[in-house]
Amino acid sequence: AENESPWGTPCTQLLVYVSMPGCDGFPNLDSKESYKLIVSKGSMLLSAEAIWGALRGLETFSQLVGRDENGTYYINETEIVDFPRFPHRGLLLDTSRHYLPLRAILETLDVMAYNKFNVFHWHIVDDPSFPYESSTFPELSKKGAFNAMTHVYTASDVRAVIKYARLRGIRVIPEFDTPGHTLSWGPGAPGLLTPCYVAQKPSGTYGPINPILNSTYEFVTSLFQEVSSVFPDFFLHLGGDEVDFTCWTSNPKIRAFMKEMGFGEDYRKLESLYIQRLLEIVSSLGKGYIVWQEVFDNDVEVRPDTIIHVWKENLMQYKEEMANVTRAGYHALLSAPWYLNRISYGQDWMEAYKVEPLDFRGSPEQKALVIGGEACMWGEYVDVTNLTPRLW
Amino acid sequence: RRRWGRRPLAARAEPELSELQVVIEAPDPGCDSYPHLGSNEAYHLTVTEPVAILKAYEIWGALRGLETFSQLVHEDDYGSFLVNESEINDFPRFAHRGILLDTSRHYLPLKSILTNLDAMAFNKFNVLHWHIVDDQSFPYQSIYFPELSDKGAYSCNLIYTPADVRLVIEYARLRGIRVIPEFDTPGHTQSWGKGQKDLLTPCYNGGQPSGSFGPVNPILNTTYDFMTKFFKEISSVFPDVYIHLGGDEVDFSCWKSNPEVKAFMKKQGFGSDYAKLESYYIQKILDIVSFYNKGQIIWQEVFDHKAQQVSPDTVVQVWKANNYAHELSSVTGAGFPAVLAAPWYLDYISYGQDWKKYYSVEPLDFPGSEEQKKLLIGGEACLWGEFVDATNLTPRLWPRASAVGERLWSSRNVTNLQDAYRRLTNHRCRMLRRGIAAEPVFVGYCAHEAR
Repeated sequence: AENESPWGTPCTQLLVYVSMPGCDGFPNLDSKESYKLIVSKGSMLLSAEAIWGALRGLETFSQLVGRDENGTYYINETEIVDFPRFPHRGLLLDTSRHYLPLRAILETLDVMAYNKFNVFHWHIVDDPSFPYESSTFPELSKKGAFNAMTHVYTASDVRAVIKYARLRGIRVIPEFDTPGHTLSWGPGAPGLLTPCYVAQKPSGTYGPINPILNSTYEFVTSLFQEVSSVFPDFFLHLGGDEVDFTCWTSNPKIRAFMKEMGFGEDYRKLESLYIQRLLEIVSSLGKGYIVWQEVFDNDVEVRPDTIIHVWKENLMQYKEEMANVTRAGYHALLSAPWYLNRISYGQDWMEAYKVEPLDFRGSPEQKALVIGGEACMWGEYVDVTNLTPRLW
Repeated sequence: RRRWGRRPLAARAEPELSELQVVIEAPDPGCDSYPHLGSNEAYHLTVTEPVAILKAYEIWGALRGLETFSQLVHEDDYGSFLVNESEINDFPRFAHRGILLDTSRHYLPLKSILTNLDAMAFNKFNVLHWHIVDDQSFPYQSIYFPELSDKGAYSCNLIYTPADVRLVIEYARLRGIRVIPEFDTPGHTQSWGKGQKDLLTPCYNGGQPSGSFGPVNPILNTTYDFMTKFFKEISSVFPDVYIHLGGDEVDFSCWKSNPEVKAFMKKQGFGSDYAKLESYYIQKILDIVSFYNKGQIIWQEVFDHKAQQVSPDTVVQVWKANNYAHELSSVTGAGFPAVLAAPWYLDYISYGQDWKKYYSVEPLDFPGSEEQKKLLIGGEACLWGEFVDATNLTPRLWPRASAVGERLWSSRNVTNLQDAYRRLTNHRCRMLRRGIAAEPVFVGYCAHEAR
């Protein structure tokens, strides 16, 4: 009965106050996600500088609401001042090893919002399949997707993801990983990949993108022109990891080029040549870039605002890499201890939780260059049947 | 039946299969009975135009044959269903091919269990080893002792009523699957103590009861009165001949701390060998259950701790991974039938294609005579529930358990991993089509995935 209610006056509304306009824009690395939440007798107020902070505060508010044995919803008086420690809090999904239907991606974005993640790193294509429908190069998915009718992301699918993410304060950073991890690009772009040779004859197999042809750079320019306009975020992830040199070494034209350039037998120099040109192309398109650590490890010249993505995990060596990357003045993103696809028995969440991203040798200025990290869910053994329980 | 693959009669060139005749040869085909360890699961399948024939001695073989037949049918690029002319003579290598589900560490809703029974049938598994209660919760609603689940279940709606249990048993039966319940004692019984006062041993600390409890108290008559009544119920609720009585991982520290137990040990002349007390208890439970004409399965500790008068047809389940081949030799060498679980603890997940290691197990790879090897009646893939509930059960169990299923059904020489990979990926896609959310084996795709 109302008179016997143990609860005080019912609260009926949460006032949300946002000081800066910006509801129609996209979140970015500098977005302010701080908020203040005050719940007291008779009033509940959520205030934030930007809409992105209001989103985080609404999530917190929703988590504060409890329910008692009688089914009454209640909330404790509380005062919260909150803001993220790191501005880049990301999740990587791999839609090449296995196609993920749109609903799986959208569901993941929902759960990311519940956990205050703000970057969706979409590793959209790779060796096994090319599901991205390109308007400039429709053959890429036509020939490279697992099934060009059913296992692709149309332009409208991609727009839907970006929109759904934006409404949750989540940035979408696509990764078109080159020059390695590109086998699926070959069927739809003849001449793009390096033909491998066996005993002086083409073997029929292909390797990384061919770095010595002009056509390569024309293709790359056109593709990234499209990608830059489709994806609104300032940053693109350009990959650059795990380039296998065996195919390049086997190809006589490449060997000739190496000789001509005076690179000797150091194929890292050839890789650098490609990456450098790629970075210039992407810069000129007005985008910033994130690259996997090999680009830094192999001494490629990159722009000062490049973000280096640290992923190699061999006995804690990532801490050394974090130190090296930040000492060289670059921003760093940490994923190495957070490869969630590497499952093991038991409560492995504890290992992930114990990681202290700034636990490496370096000055405060260096530590300030760490912008955050990403949990990675590589797709070799993951698709819609097991994605959600494996990730959360 | 698809219509748009057909052409007018006169123009038809391809042979068509119009009927599958199923013939059960035994005078009593078994349709109204329950499957058991000795059921005949052999079948003979002949696919020719226009009528295919599936012959089996008992209905259980027909079920296996129907599953095989369903797997022979494939679709071409135009959507026509095709089947190759074939002649198959098939029977299982091992008679006991089980899956263990744990509904105590996490409650599993009925739907989850039934879906799993479907998947089991697709993989020719024929035993559901239902580890229904344990330390953490007691979801089994007992008719004689309703307090057990009233006080011991996680919550009042996370229980299995008698109707739920009957549904599981019947759903399983229709798929030729036996349901063997496990009521594990004397250890693994914390949840029993909530609803049954004085069943568990009170632990002592510094001469005083500490407030915590240990295994079932083996020294009280009330314990055996309770067990007699409880197993009377279980024996009538579960129609299978066998009941699993547990007997694993009994922690002796609580017994050791209790002065009355210590006094009992002295009286019985057990010295300080608590394994003898454990055997004393187990023996009495085995006798109670025998009295109800049930067969017993027990975990290997009961055998290891030398319970003296364990009847020779008690089945010993070998689960400890360390040197399990040696244990199989000992168990079968002593004349007991054995069921192998040790290398197939599917709850122990790891990164990569671990199905290969389950597939590569050769159950008869242990030192022993021909007679001994005959005593290995089969095996079980176990999915313990510490980290498993309805949100992740199906993808975690399937298709990894399929590797175990083939190992237990097929001939010893079916071991080629590349061939198995090809068929397993195909089979996984088939399970997906049939509504089983089996996880991927490796990189790739299924033609019929939902969007």
